Amino acid sequence: MSAPQPMPRHLEVARIAAMKPDIAAAPGAAVRTATIAVDCRNITKTFGAGAVRALDGVSLAIRSNEFFTLLGPSGCGKTTLLRLIAGFETQDSGTILLDGKPLDGLPPYRRPVNTVFQSYAVFPHLTVAENVAFGLEMQRRPRAEIASRVKEMLALVKLEGLESRKPAQLSGGQQQRVALARALANKPRVLLLDEPLSALDLKLRTEMQLELKRLQHEVGITFVFVTHDQHEALTMSDRIAVMRAGHVLQVGTPEEIYEHPTARFVADFIGETNLLDATRIGTARYRLASGVEIETAEPGPPEASVTLVIRPERALLAPVGGSALSARVEQVVYVGSDTIYLVVLEGGLRFRVREQNRDGPRSRVRAGDPVGIVMPPAAIRVLAQ
Amino acid sequence: MMGALRRAGLLAPSVLTIGVLLILPLGLMAFVSTLERGPTGGVIWNQHTADAYVQFLFERDLTDRLVINTDYLHIFGRSIVVAAITTAVTLAVAFPMALWMAFQPPRRRLLLVFIVTVPFWTNILVRNYAWILLLRNDGVIDWVLARLGLTGEHINVLYTPLATTIGLTYSFLPYMVLPIYVSLEKLDRRLIEAAFDLGANRWHAFRRVILPLSMPGVVGGAILVFVPGLGAFISPELLGGAKSMMIGSLIQQQFGQSRNWPFGAALSFVLLVLVLMALAAHAARYRRKEARP
Repeated sequence: MSAPQPMPRHLEVARIAAMKPDIAAAPGAAVRTATIAVDCRNITKTFGAGAVRALDGVSLAIRSNEFFTLLGPSGCGKTTLLRLIAGFETQDSGTILLDGKPLDGLPPYRRPVNTVFQSYAVFPHLTVAENVAFGLEMQRRPRAEIASRVKEMLALVKLEGLESRKPAQLSGGQQQRVALARALANKPRVLLLDEPLSALDLKLRTEMQLELKRLQHEVGITFVFVTHDQHEALTMSDRIAVMRAGHVLQVGTPEEIYEHPTARFVADFIGETNLLDATRIGTARYRLASGVEIETAEPGPPEASVTLVIRPERALLAPVGGSALSARVEQVVYVGSDTIYLVVLEGGLRFRVREQNRDGPRSRVRAGDPVGIVMPPAAIRVLAQ
Repeated sequence: MMGALRRAGLLAPSVLTIGVLLILPLGLMAFVSTLERGPTGGVIWNQHTADAYVQFLFERDLTDRLVINTDYLHIFGRSIVVAAITTAVTLAVAFPMALWMAFQPPRRRLLLVFIVTVPFWTNILVRNYAWILLLRNDGVIDWVLARLGLTGEHINVLYTPLATTIGLTYSFLPYMVLPIYVSLEKLDRRLIEAAFDLGANRWHAFRRVILPLSMPGVVGGAILVFVPGLGAFISPELLGGAKSMMIGSLIQQQFGQSRNWPFGAALSFVLLVLVLMALAAHAARYRRKEARP
């Protein structure tokens, strides 16, 4: 994992998506039979006298003990949904069920969920230990139980020895851990995390991503994680819901989301993508505006106009001629592990090919060269427009 | 050399301000308190005596012996009690006000801050006279309460320590509201949400998070009310009447009717020392609390 150079993000995304089936196979299988922890049914929420529709009929079922991520650009409603589950806001319509029981009307302090806030929100006037003990004291637990639970939680987040420090004496990463320990101390049914890593620097963030995943595994609590970082979502999640403008566009495992996006936005938002507008001319046959015909493996939707989706790493450079589409190289970008070729297809369509530098750097192709592009039919997704 | 000169030059304005406006008058007051009073007022500048301080605690009986006189101590005691009660009542009124203000939408908050400061725009004397009209027998409050059948004869509030406390509370309310409001306004709302999230109900969120985090405002407001309250002059004079004299009136009297400048200066000095001691005690306590690991 210790690459000398930081890996380019889009490549990283592709790599993780490819790796995911192996590492996620076991928990994935367990999740399939699990029960529903949080069930959101047709949630609508507007702000400012109906001016802004933050959530528009959102339905989601989050399973017990899974690491579930709400992913989307800012303003897509992901944080609003989290705050509805926590009880900080009230939905206009729809119901949220926790373990089958409706949460409607319950104030935040009566809900068996806890939140890790974006800005930590660690109590500045309390020590680390007092922060972690806060929730337990609110539940009027016996003193001895609180003490042992605080100790256990601080060990879990690796903050032993800092019990009597004040938050001001801690680094951002340490404060984040205090917030985590504090939220987990109550043994919530669901832990809600509102972009908890966004304030950390890249190295610490990567560390905390793995840490969070480990924690989730250890405590066996359902995590609902909000982020706008697709890379973070792919790394950590069992399942992801991609949101946009108050709607859930797709729910699936990281692999499903990356390999089989069901919406143009999802394909575009997650990783690098080539999107080509085409019209249907037969079963699994499509024609681009330039007249070039493309064959796909999947039959695709019945609509006449479609978008073809192909990841840059799945397309190949080939010698000119034969079945390859003819193109001209516009730019060659060497990014260390990979080389990216920006090419222009016949008819002026821009296209991107990413090739791994498996055998070391080589530049057999230069800008201006004519080149062939091969799109393996199995690598192409077809989306209705 | 040049550096030292420059430093002296840059320091000069603040040194002069503090020296001329603060140290010099205080020094003069301390000096005057050790002088012999003049026969028709004023002081004799070259005759020193501790008479003023002796007078604070003792009086001469008919045989010219010194016997303890607790009149002035009583006045000091009453002033401290009235100032303390005023501070407590002001706090009780101001905290809910500040809390409510801090949780209004930002635009309305500005308006409310402005409204709180509006009494500053009218003369304090006028405002205290207004309270006389409100509090006196057959005044507005008396009349309304009598009509409602809540009081028998009259309320008999004017010219009592209660009237003084009411007047002082009214006068000092903004000094308590504003510091508390400021500390509540900058309080991170997520901390309150976090408290709710961790199972705190409204009372516990207030007691464990909001109140401790607004303590700097509370302490600041308390000092701003207690200290001037101790030396307040106008409200006790107008509303308290002669029977409930406070330090402020007493001091004013020494420089006025009594023509006893040294005694007035000595009283001021004792008051100053008391206040400084109280502040020092508070600061020491605060430091200890901060230093606690």
